[in-house]
Amino acid sequence: MATRLQFENNCEVGVFSKLTNAYCLVAIGGSESFYSIFETELADVIPVVKTSIGGTRIIGRLCAGNKNGLLLPHNTTDQELQHLRNSLPDSVVVQRIEERLSALGNVIACNDHVALAHTDLDRETEELIADVLGVEVFRQTIAGNILVGSYCALSNRGGLVHPHTSIEDLDELSTLLQIPLVAGTVNRGSEVIAAGMTVNDWTAFCGSDTTATELSVIESVFKLREAQPSAIVDEMRKSLIDSYV
Amino acid sequence: MDEDKGMFNVQQTIGTVLCCRCGIRMQPNAANMCVRCLRSEVDITEGLQKHVVISHCPECDCYLQPPKTWLKAQWESKELLTFCVKRLKNLNKVRLIHAEFVWTEPHSKRIKVRVTIQKEVLNGAVLEQAYVVEYVQQDHMCESCSRVAANPDQWVASVQLRQHVSHRRTFFYLEQLILKHDAAVKAIKIKQMDQGIDFFFGNRSHAVKFLEFLGSVVPTKSRDDKQLVSHDVKSSNYNYKYTFSVQISPVCREDLICLPQRLSSSLGNIGPLVVCTKVTNSIALLDPFTLRHCHLDSDQYWRHGFKSLLTSRQLVEYIVLDIEIPSPPMEAKIGGVRYLLADAQVARVSDFGRNDNIFFVRTHLGHLLNPGDHALGYDLYAANSNDSELEKYKNLVLPEVVLIKKSYEEARLRKRGKPRKYKLKHLEMEVDDRARVDEEKERSDYEQFQRDIEENPELRFNLSLYRNKEYQEESEAGSMADDAAAPLEELLADLVLLDESDEEEDEGMRE
Repeated sequence: MATRLQFENNCEVGVFSKLTNAYCLVAIGGSESFYSIFETELADVIPVVKTSIGGTRIIGRLCAGNKNGLLLPHNTTDQELQHLRNSLPDSVVVQRIEERLSALGNVIACNDHVALAHTDLDRETEELIADVLGVEVFRQTIAGNILVGSYCALSNRGGLVHPHTSIEDLDELSTLLQIPLVAGTVNRGSEVIAAGMTVNDWTAFCGSDTTATELSVIESVFKLREAQPSAIVDEMRKSLIDSYV
Repeated sequence: MDEDKGMFNVQQTIGTVLCCRCGIRMQPNAANMCVRCLRSEVDITEGLQKHVVISHCPECDCYLQPPKTWLKAQWESKELLTFCVKRLKNLNKVRLIHAEFVWTEPHSKRIKVRVTIQKEVLNGAVLEQAYVVEYVQQDHMCESCSRVAANPDQWVASVQLRQHVSHRRTFFYLEQLILKHDAAVKAIKIKQMDQGIDFFFGNRSHAVKFLEFLGSVVPTKSRDDKQLVSHDVKSSNYNYKYTFSVQISPVCREDLICLPQRLSSSLGNIGPLVVCTKVTNSIALLDPFTLRHCHLDSDQYWRHGFKSLLTSRQLVEYIVLDIEIPSPPMEAKIGGVRYLLADAQVARVSDFGRNDNIFFVRTHLGHLLNPGDHALGYDLYAANSNDSELEKYKNLVLPEVVLIKKSYEEARLRKRGKPRKYKLKHLEMEVDDRARVDEEKERSDYEQFQRDIEENPELRFNLSLYRNKEYQEESEAGSMADDAAAPLEELLADLVLLDESDEEEDEGMRE
């Protein structure tokens, strides 16, 4: 189910929050309404953590993570790092990395299995991503833009990319990521997808400017209509048990 | 060039996205909204003028461009379109692509223009929109039309033409010339005065043009003056009335002139008695006894300003008794006309048969005259001239007679009363009430003028003659063999002359 909300009258919710299958990070705002909406949706399923990164509120664009881990930029303070380590479940590896391109949310787009990286990313960072997040990393561009983390939003079930992406690019990315992709917009025609929304396998949060058309596209590509959180978690459990000896 | 380097370039096909508002499939653009949604969102014509008032002068079909310029433009013309677009303010903020007229009823006083503009909206998307501007046309007379309407007779410049002689032959001739060259088209009014004609114009430059035309056809002396009518203090505009006073030389064709001594010696001692043969913008003089000729420029003439000794009113009829051409024959061709010196025995018609007064004279008309012919000449024997120039010559022997031209009086007697083959047009002139106009004299002058043009082909050259429909072909062979009249071929043939028609074909005279 997709929800529409605003952070302090700004529709770019993907900037102020980070949503994964295992946890949710929320920025500290003037009013509690932003946090409370997330909590209403997610409280009984996954932890919702209020935090800042490097003293800033733009946490969604500074960190990159999935259910396996969380990567933080070099300017994260020790207190924030400790706070996150404490609040998040033990299965999530929290790691601070030294990387020149410190807005990790803009340079890395990932789901639980595969990640797209900025073409100029360091070798070590790429290895760290593969290690910490447990994903396969591909250097890519989206519609000619190197900030892959900004122009696409991925979940395990689908992805939404920049509207100017050509059909060949779309096919290539879809093959790489092994998920259905669609080119579309969010927040009334904004092309910066990841800044305008944040998504996981069963829910999505979009800016309140998002039109009904955009919302229906989001719901259909991320397969949110019939999604229930418990179903996902059960499925995960099933797949875990699968590896029983 | 990428292919040369061996790089593989993937063909990029743009996919389709859904319009974020209405959900229809479209190509992605900068706003990511379909054109209709974008247009309904943003109105680029906001703040632009849709309704303008323009002033139009119904008399001269001009439109006012404030503050003061009046532009002449036809209904739905290019100039009008440019003018209408210029009157729209704020159009520099958007880009104008196209403008065209939408048809409106002409007397509805509304002009509609469809203007297409382009403007950038949202994040870089350029939107094109067409909208209609309505112009209300208000009628307002422009200053020049209102000035004309207030006082239609008001003139700005006048040319006063005068010739101080007792006849009006020059003015008849000038009238025909002016008609032929359309020199007085711009004249508001033409008035006939005593010893002259006044022309009134609405513009100083028209008057100057007419003045120059006059200077090229007759020898003139002119001066001009101006009178202040009104004065606008704020804009320093002065309105004047200009007057040009033109004097034509009193010397006419066929006049006998006694040249002043100084002029005679400067012209090569041409005999003091000369006959004027032709007057255009220079005066052609011919010495009838030596067949020497000269030309006097307008300036040269006015420097001396001599008058004629005897004019054509004083011509007396003679009958030629004998013509003797001396050998070797002395002949000359002047101005295309042959002259032959001859000795003639003549007698005045009044003397003929009554007494034996015979005069032996030298004449230049030897080529024309035969014994028994009538000729017209000046009777110096009987004349009492009161000329100061003549008295200055100490040792001058005056001839008794100077023959000027051959007389066709007998032939004319036969044709008296019958209408002429040709007709002449007239200028519309107002006759001044104050002038003393002698009707009889006027008519005889005109008759004389007509005879002149019949007899002289070179005089006819500059005029346009029109065929007279009332003229009937006479069965008498005699009248057709008249060599004095203008031959029919010379008349303007395919011409229907109605007094009020203004569309005639003017073929021009061919000699």
